[in-house]
Amino acid sequence: MTWLKSLAYLVGLPLLLVLIWWGLTLGRPNFFFPAPGLLMETFGEVWFGERIITDVLPSLGRLFAGVAAAIAIGVMAGLLIGSVRWLRSLLEPTLEFFRAVPPPVLVPVLMLLMGINDSMKVAVIISGCIWPVLLNTIEGVRAVDGVLSDSARTYGVAGWARVRYLVLPSASPQIMAGVRQCLSIGLILMVISEMFASSSGLGFTIVQFQRSFAIPEMWSGIIVLGLIGVAMSFIFQWTERRVLRWYHGQKEVENAG
Amino acid sequence: MPVRESSANEAQPMLSVRGLKKVYKTDGGEVEAVRNLTFDLRPGELACLVGPSGSGKTTLLKCISGLMAPTEGEVLLDGTRVVGPPKKMAVVFQEYGRSLFPWMRVRENVELPLKNQGMPKAERDRLVDEALEAVGLAHVPRSYPWQLSGGMQQRVAIARAVAYQPEVLLMDEPFAAVDAQTRADLEDLIRTVWKRLGVTVLFVTHDIDESVYLGERVIILSSSPTVIQEDITIDLPADRDQLNTRALPRFTELRHHVYEQIQLAKKGQRPAAAGTR
Amino acid sequence: MLNPGVESGAPRTSRRTVPVQQFLGLAGILGFLLTWELVPRAGIIEARFLPPASDVLGALLRASGLTAFWVSVGETMLAWFLGLLIAVIAAVVLGFLIGSSAFLAKATSSTVEFLRPIPSVALIPLAVLMFGVKIESSLMLIIYASFWQVFIQVLYGVADIDMVANNTAKSYGLGRMARIRYVVFPTALPYLMTGVRLAAAVALILAITAELIIGSPGLGREIALAQSGGAISGMYALVLATGLIGVLINVLMRFIERKALSWHSSVRSEVIV
Repeated sequence: MTWLKSLAYLVGLPLLLVLIWWGLTLGRPNFFFPAPGLLMETFGEVWFGERIITDVLPSLGRLFAGVAAAIAIGVMAGLLIGSVRWLRSLLEPTLEFFRAVPPPVLVPVLMLLMGINDSMKVAVIISGCIWPVLLNTIEGVRAVDGVLSDSARTYGVAGWARVRYLVLPSASPQIMAGVRQCLSIGLILMVISEMFASSSGLGFTIVQFQRSFAIPEMWSGIIVLGLIGVAMSFIFQWTERRVLRWYHGQKEVENAG
Repeated sequence: MPVRESSANEAQPMLSVRGLKKVYKTDGGEVEAVRNLTFDLRPGELACLVGPSGSGKTTLLKCISGLMAPTEGEVLLDGTRVVGPPKKMAVVFQEYGRSLFPWMRVRENVELPLKNQGMPKAERDRLVDEALEAVGLAHVPRSYPWQLSGGMQQRVAIARAVAYQPEVLLMDEPFAAVDAQTRADLEDLIRTVWKRLGVTVLFVTHDIDESVYLGERVIILSSSPTVIQEDITIDLPADRDQLNTRALPRFTELRHHVYEQIQLAKKGQRPAAAGTR
Repeated sequence: MLNPGVESGAPRTSRRTVPVQQFLGLAGILGFLLTWELVPRAGIIEARFLPPASDVLGALLRASGLTAFWVSVGETMLAWFLGLLIAVIAAVVLGFLIGSSAFLAKATSSTVEFLRPIPSVALIPLAVLMFGVKIESSLMLIIYASFWQVFIQVLYGVADIDMVANNTAKSYGLGRMARIRYVVFPTALPYLMTGVRLAAAVALILAITAELIIGSPGLGREIALAQSGGAISGMYALVLATGLIGVLINVLMRFIERKALSWHSSVRSEVIV
């Protein structure tokens, strides 16, 4: 019986909201908010076709490339900067300033420097996403436990082995927190770069719908973006739970004690 | 002078501390933590180091283990000068919770130093199995350290040191954070492991009873700036157990003597020979 | 030998090293500005795409003398402040309500987890349709994004309340209002401050985004205009200005957080969400 209860909790409120929405749009068609039935129809027409290939996949591809590059560069640079004390002191204020610049303003800047093309859009994503990963990695590296560090030294764990067995795992909770922020910023930047400076892609398509007042189509686009956001969140949480299983376990034990 | 029946192999001492001095530079000027420490450990000896708090025990251990450089003096391990953490030495720290890697299971923790040296898997497995067996943890290799009790975690740290096959084992107040019953078990474990492996052990503690029970020799430190207050041989029988040994009159005498010396050390009284050197 | 961990057993490092760190930080900033100055002058990147630092700083200085600039700053800050305020109030009210009722928490959980990851930029077309280029467009985006930051933190805060303390208060006859004041609020406050700090940063990002993309009044719109109008140094100057505002907001938020929590013995670190 309990799984039925869980199911009720899961779909209860959403169903209720959809019903209310359906009830409100019954009869008089509302300009801003299409009826659920119409939206479903339109959704299928608009997105399950070649648009997947011409717009959705390339957008996702750029997003993936940008985020992957930001994480890779951010972690590697963070490992280096975090380990060398004078380097960290030298760069930290400058990096903190870069992080404070709202990422969207870099769209016109990069448009100027790189023109309007795929590499520009990927560069926009990287330029915004890299800061949370970089700064969190630096912080994580800095905060490696002193006793653990001494233990590793006495057993001769140095150099690359030290990074692999000690520093990286120790910093991983911080790094993952940075990655989470990186993912949300990346999605935002992907959409913005396409809305502002593009002739193809998800963002561009949605803006086009809005400009031509194709309202149900526009809403279907909003839903697609929402679905992508939710999917990314699920994937991240799933990955985080696995990678940080030891961390969550340790926290649980500590809190119980 | 040591009164041992076994042939005193008076070849080179395994661990040699010569004129060790450590001065810290702080906001308030210079602080001389350790003034002059000189002592030798014979191969296979189990020596305990006791002293009042603030007697620089941690500083001394860090210098001996190569984690910190002394201001003056040197440490020799089997004749070779110690300039960084030496290969033949293993350290067991007091904070077991922070000395084991929480992202690795017990077995992986014990195995890491060997893996890092590039030892082939078969040999590694053998050493790790033996070590876990020796400390009584053969049944928990797949657990994470934080899933175990404090005593068990310290056993993992000891297993890790044992598997490493060091020639010198340094222990920095390893049982201070553990409850009394577990401490008794762990003390016996150390003596067993020590006899079995023939390793040279330097055991730092603030517990006087423990130092007398464990050691063949007790080195008493003065208060800061530290020198050696006294160096006593423990002539208790080689076979010791918690119940009987601690009831021996000789145990009480030795314990009393050490306690007296430490009280003197706390009051600032120092051996006549000490001075600036 | 590199040893980034904290050294145990040694006294604190000399105070001499602290000014050294700050000096290094300053040197880093100067080094960056110097590089920025030299790269366009050396032709590595064309100066018309990346003007030298001196040009940009000059443009910024000039702008700071113009009323129009400060009007734009004001418009951005107005949207930021209003949006943040509305979002915080809504999040606190809803957060406390939902967080204190197990039924509500469970019933809304799936909806929250679905709505939360939706990027607020998805609402841009809707905002344009409904409000055009007025400040309401900015507010819509800002409120939506900031709300979640605070809401989630308030939920965590309410969940963290010590049941023993709460029950003790109940048994002493403290009514609901009193309990909220003496038990619930103090526990949840650190979480709330974290949420507000995160939301403040997000609110700025969305304010600029709305102005940039939609064209609602503010710095973002000025940046877009500068870029399309070819006033490149001006554009970079405005970008710098937004960065400086971002830094100021950060500093301000941390200051407020410290003040509000100065009585709180342990300032909780950010919940890894």
